[in-house]
Amino acid sequence: MELLPTIWFIAIAVLWTGYLFLEGFDLGVGMLMKLFARNNTERRVLLNTIGPVWDGNEVWLLTAGGATFAAFPLWYASLFSALYLPLLLVLVALIFRAVAFEYRGKVDTDRWRAVWDWAIAAGSLVAAFGVGAALALTTTGLPLNSNGDREGGPFAWFSGYAVLGGLAVVCFSLLHALAFLALKTDGDIRHRARSWFVRLLPVLLLPIAGWAISVQLLSGEAWTIAAVAAAVVAAAFAWHSGRNGLEGRAFLSLGAFLLLGSASIFGAAFPVVLPSTISADFNLTISNASSSDYTLGLMSIVACVGLPLVLAYQAWTYWVFRRRVSAAHIPEAHSFLPAIAARALAPKD
Amino acid sequence: MDALEIARWQFGITTVYHFMMVPLTIGLGLVVAVIQTVWYRTGKPEYLRMTKFWGKLFLINFIMGVATGIVQEFQFGMAWSEYSRFVGDVFGAPLALEALLAFFVESTFLGLWIFGWKQLRRGVHLACLWIAVIGSVFSAYFIIVANSWMQHPVGVEMVNGRPVMTDAWAVFTNNTALVAVPHTLFGALAVAGGFLLGIAWYHLWRRRHDGIDTVGSDGKVIPGEADIPGRDKADHKVWITSLRIGAVVAMISFAGTALTGDLQGKLMFEQQPMKMAAAEAACHDGTGFSILSVGNVGSKNCDDVVAVIEVPGILSFLAKGDFTTEVKGVNSLLDQYKADYGTHLPDNPIYGDRAGQEIEYVPVMEVTYWGFRMMIGFGGLAALAALVALWATRKGTVPASRGLMRLAVVGILAPFGANAAGWIFTEMGRQPFVVAPNPDPSGIDQVFMFTAAAVSPGVSAGELLTSLVVLTAVYAVLLVVEVKLLVKYIRGGVVSAMPELAHAPADENEDATPGPGGTGKPGDSDDVLAFAY
Repeated sequence: MELLPTIWFIAIAVLWTGYLFLEGFDLGVGMLMKLFARNNTERRVLLNTIGPVWDGNEVWLLTAGGATFAAFPLWYASLFSALYLPLLLVLVALIFRAVAFEYRGKVDTDRWRAVWDWAIAAGSLVAAFGVGAALALTTTGLPLNSNGDREGGPFAWFSGYAVLGGLAVVCFSLLHALAFLALKTDGDIRHRARSWFVRLLPVLLLPIAGWAISVQLLSGEAWTIAAVAAAVVAAAFAWHSGRNGLEGRAFLSLGAFLLLGSASIFGAAFPVVLPSTISADFNLTISNASSSDYTLGLMSIVACVGLPLVLAYQAWTYWVFRRRVSAAHIPEAHSFLPAIAARALAPKD
Repeated sequence: MDALEIARWQFGITTVYHFMMVPLTIGLGLVVAVIQTVWYRTGKPEYLRMTKFWGKLFLINFIMGVATGIVQEFQFGMAWSEYSRFVGDVFGAPLALEALLAFFVESTFLGLWIFGWKQLRRGVHLACLWIAVIGSVFSAYFIIVANSWMQHPVGVEMVNGRPVMTDAWAVFTNNTALVAVPHTLFGALAVAGGFLLGIAWYHLWRRRHDGIDTVGSDGKVIPGEADIPGRDKADHKVWITSLRIGAVVAMISFAGTALTGDLQGKLMFEQQPMKMAAAEAACHDGTGFSILSVGNVGSKNCDDVVAVIEVPGILSFLAKGDFTTEVKGVNSLLDQYKADYGTHLPDNPIYGDRAGQEIEYVPVMEVTYWGFRMMIGFGGLAALAALVALWATRKGTVPASRGLMRLAVVGILAPFGANAAGWIFTEMGRQPFVVAPNPDPSGIDQVFMFTAAAVSPGVSAGELLTSLVVLTAVYAVLLVVEVKLLVKYIRGGVVSAMPELAHAPADENEDATPGPGGTGKPGDSDDVLAFAY
């Protein structure tokens, strides 16, 4: 077994897990803008809980993509080109979602806000679904030929696993967002989020459990099956914590669930990074898809310095903005007063 | 159009668009960081106002750069999978490092800056902006390292038909990158300079037009006050200071682009001689620089090109630093390229329908010739305008002419045009290669890749056309939205970015009196964060 490609397989699994952990809740908060928030003030509470951090969270996606390119160029090339249209949708969703966060409050009309609220909610939904589908397919397989190119046309990637993976990430993100809101807000939103969390947890974790179990059936090993069992225990603990009002513990237990679940999925897939459903001979593995040891070694050194730094300053951000946000904190909408238009209103002397 | 052509159009459109937002982000970020530093040091209220106003515009633009940047990273794998497979070992690393070492820094610390006005001590808050801005400079470095490797591949060996990195130091200190990075950064500052200059001019003009500022008999401005929030005497200082900063930045950055551009040109004559010959539409060997060439410069037939005005010696100066060295023209280079890299594309399935076709080594000369001249022309025009603006405002305000004001506002676009033209020139000039061969040593065994081999073989033209149409439409809509918001906040003036000026004028004094060194403390306990959304 090659050491460096194995390390980078783990590193990429960690980056995707980090992405699902961090952007998971902010994608979920985005969807909850339409499903949970009752009025504009509540929507602004939701937005401001993730305001300082969502952009940093999204960089995990870019880093996971960039690291896949650098460490396993053949995996990156085959996966991204095979999923051309679904990834296009993800891109459009992420574009609108990012712009919506920034532009929503810039014009003070209901119609303007409604448009961007939809962009945030739908953008979050589509991005979560698309990323989930792509990750599921990289563990269950795509119709790739000997060159690693997709056979069978633009929709040949479509399968039950794509739907399952998409739903898995959407539902997990919603649940993670409820845990996050219970932890980050106060007042009515906090209580409602907690009660939704407790009631919906069993349902929302079903698709991700289904994905983890299907991968075990395809290529599971003893330790990865044990990880699935441990994930179920973590989920039960999260539910119990939520029920008893221990919001921090509920959030972290759910994080542990994700960690274990993703370890069980990536671990079962290892050492195949992208199976071909046409022939196992065309499977991309850590050996035939990876970069040279020189490149992987260089990247390892940089990652050993860079990644702990990233974790440290991102953690500091959460610490700086650790206080709960509630409806009572939300200031009046900045009444926009153009200095020039206001001239007509000024008292004449 | 086939898949390759659609994919190229898509890459071109999305990249040029992305690179409208990026230079403004980098340039304006640096300028705002300097302005906030001055405020931190002096406590002068006009510098707080400038920080808030220019910071607001910076953020409206920043988000578009972020949103369109994701497309860039995904696009290599989606549309250019064969390219990604070929170059991944060396090209992927700078991209991954850009995300890990630059984008994380930029996004995290900018979040702290936006939301942390009251949570962080003043010095820490300012440091967050500086760190974010330095992050954006690092991102420029990494992506240019990646691009420079396509212009001038170094630090690799061919193993099993693919370049494998053997010398990271050579890749990350590629001389092509070391001159392209400052050239690009000066280009970004030029954009910021023009942006400040045009907008500040508009506001100074508006204040005169509205009768707030008047001009004394000596021609000097007499700043006035209107009983409108934000339109006081300090407001005049905001705009005249911004204008002067903008003009100085514009002139310095033009000088910087010229100096680094000259170094770049000399390197390019060595590294990609065909690109420079095509930039000159120089068919025959010689020393003269064409000021104007007529005929069909797009023609593949060099006989159609007639240089009307040519300055002897200048081309040699651009290439070698003297006035006599003969510079090779397109015709003699063509023979050399054919001898080194073949006359026809190999009969390999990765070339698709193009396998076996004759290779066209001369880039589209209309694009290279005019792209090169537009880059220099727009850049020089903007710098000249900045000099004129500095002189015209020496007495403290702008002329009352509406036409001049409009010219100053339209002039904002010139540095954007120069940046776009420069990149289009250098990328189109590299064709037909996506990875241009390093001439030292040259030959068929060396590292290079034809663009025709780079596109994703498994992706259909229909898929590519779909994404081209969708992305172009989305980008067009968002451009309208961004420009509308920018215009709205520009017209609103400082108060639109600082509503506290309208609500409680006392707030500003409170905010503005940290004194040198900044003794401000994190805000009182009611402030959870500075609610930006």
